[in-house]
Amino acid sequence: MTDFLQRFGRSWLSMVERLGRATLFLLHILGALFSLVKRPSLLVRQLHSTGVMTLSIVLVSGLFVGMVLALQAYNTLIDFGQENRVGTLVALTLVRELGPVVTGLLFAGRAGSALTAEIGLMKATEQLSGLEMMAVDPYKRVFAPRFLAAFLALPMLAAMFSAVGVMGGHLVGVEVLGVDAAAYWSQMQNATSFTSDVCNGLIKGLVFGFVVAWIAIFEGADCIPTSEGVSSATTRTVVYSSLAILGLDFLLTAVMF
Amino acid sequence: MNSRAIEVLVGLFMLLFLGAMFVLAMKVSNLTSFTSTSGYTLVAKFENVGGLKPRAPVAASGVKVGEVSDITYDPETFEASVTLTIDNRFSDAFPLDTTASIYTAGLLGEQYIGLDPGAEEDMLQDSDEISLTQSAIVLERLIGQVLFSRSGGS
Amino acid sequence: MSEDGSTLVRIRDLHFFRGSKHIFRGLNLDIPRGKVTTILGPSGTGKTTLLKMIGGQLKASQGGITVDGLDVGKLKRSALYELRKRLGMLFQSGALLTDLSVFDNVAYPLREHTDLPESLISHLVLMRLHAVGLRGARDLAPAELSGGMARRAALARALVFDPMMIMYDEPFTGQDPISMGVLLELIQTVNGALGLTSLIVSHDLKESLSISDYAVIISEGVVVEAGSPDQLENSDSPWVQQFLHGMPDGPVPFQAPAPDYQTDLFGQQSQVAGQPVAGAAR
Repeated sequence: MTDFLQRFGRSWLSMVERLGRATLFLLHILGALFSLVKRPSLLVRQLHSTGVMTLSIVLVSGLFVGMVLALQAYNTLIDFGQENRVGTLVALTLVRELGPVVTGLLFAGRAGSALTAEIGLMKATEQLSGLEMMAVDPYKRVFAPRFLAAFLALPMLAAMFSAVGVMGGHLVGVEVLGVDAAAYWSQMQNATSFTSDVCNGLIKGLVFGFVVAWIAIFEGADCIPTSEGVSSATTRTVVYSSLAILGLDFLLTAVMF
Repeated sequence: MNSRAIEVLVGLFMLLFLGAMFVLAMKVSNLTSFTSTSGYTLVAKFENVGGLKPRAPVAASGVKVGEVSDITYDPETFEASVTLTIDNRFSDAFPLDTTASIYTAGLLGEQYIGLDPGAEEDMLQDSDEISLTQSAIVLERLIGQVLFSRSGGS
Repeated sequence: MSEDGSTLVRIRDLHFFRGSKHIFRGLNLDIPRGKVTTILGPSGTGKTTLLKMIGGQLKASQGGITVDGLDVGKLKRSALYELRKRLGMLFQSGALLTDLSVFDNVAYPLREHTDLPESLISHLVLMRLHAVGLRGARDLAPAELSGGMARRAALARALVFDPMMIMYDEPFTGQDPISMGVLLELIQTVNGALGLTSLIVSHDLKESLSISDYAVIISEGVVVEAGSPDQLENSDSPWVQQFLHGMPDGPVPFQAPAPDYQTDLFGQQSQVAGQPVAGAAR
């Protein structure tokens, strides 16, 4: 029993220690962000490898999610004779919830894990040490551009996800199931507000982007520099990011809507 | 990949994002239809606004002409004071004796304000008050009245 | 051994802990300027750690390291970065940036730290690449290089800023005889031609001793023996003899510390029989 308590206490302590390290790491990155003003090309390169590379999976998923939402909404709403509201349901669900959340989960799996693996391998192959010995600050040259790119890319991808999803809803709701096109769009417009729905969705995206970027880069920089260490760090990134996104989504929804 | 190709791709990415924001702003949400600054306001007092909420549409003959920008309680008249923002396109479109009524879209739909124009020559101007109003029909009260008249009649 | 001008790196009473492991226990070491010095020692004695401490990546728990008169542990960040520009380090894997070509890797420190025009950078880089024999490989990606070529490219990168000292971390590990010969030749010529100080960490004894002016053997966190390669060879310490000649048993036992063999076996047998012997474990 004491053995169990000891082990429990030790693992708890090491968790707190990791959290502390992660926080200091984050502050260090935030401090290094200003250096990007002088080297915007670093940010562009990272926007490519986080944003552009995740684009296709986000667009395809967005389309299908929008289509499924329209189908399900139609099947339920037809019973109440409210099938004109398919647009409302699709738009609100996407803009408020599924856009940021699903994009966040996809992003964690695609870009987050790639970030962790990349940084972990840079650590394992001594590239980070090498940079330091060349008097180059890895926080400024490696971590900060990746952090900012991931932070910005996620809300942008979420907006694209929602926009494509609404199109997918239109495709199924209007073209296939025969909801009136004017009703689809006008009901949607009446119910969706730019400031409180679209902007709040964007804010969610920013929060998720911040968290995923933080987790992914920290796990990479903190991993054990072996192939095993990198692979388990990559797994942790996906698991922790997904949990953080879902948990934060609940909190943000409770505060916002 | 060379940096030029990357820049082009990131540029396309940004364009796609702007396009998505455009769709979300113009087609999905009602950002363009009205903003409270681009219209003139009218005030209408109602005995009871029922479930009317800010941002509810204001329609004339079924066409959306504005929205409810504010609902407060007026302690002097003991009535609800509703501020309507009407789009500038519809300035000088409503005679002084216009009636403002609270309707419900469908049986379960949201409540909105309908404007029924009167016959006066003069038109309502900015911050004028609509004097002719018809309150919301409150379902519970309606049922109560029916029950009361039934029991009173028997 | 330590006249002031002739010593580049001075290590005094160095202590360092990794976790609860006491890695350096009062290490004293002087590295002479302009010479090739080799640090030898069994695996796990913290040779690479020592290089990282000289470069200021790790801080000593106690004691200090001065490089060219500067106390590395007490330097401010910017001063430390200035010092690092004058130190080159060659990592075991080369540590080339994987997303840049060989040319860009060598040009990287120049582009980071200077505003030199691209034509001048190109000149400087090609000169260094020529010196290590990789001028023809400038457009290759690091992944396309062999291990020896990667180390040579990394050497070109370390040289591009004309450092006063280059530290080599296990430069000969896993090299075939030809690239080993190339590296040995390079280290020697670079040290002579550019008048810099070389510090090699290695356990490839013969090769590193053949080009060294001075050698130090570290074990258990202290310097065991120091001197010229000849002096080491004639050392009368049995430990040094075992290390230099790679004898399997000696002062460093073949067996990891363990309970007595007989008791270990016997103890296990009796436990299987369900009668744990109290005195079985030491």
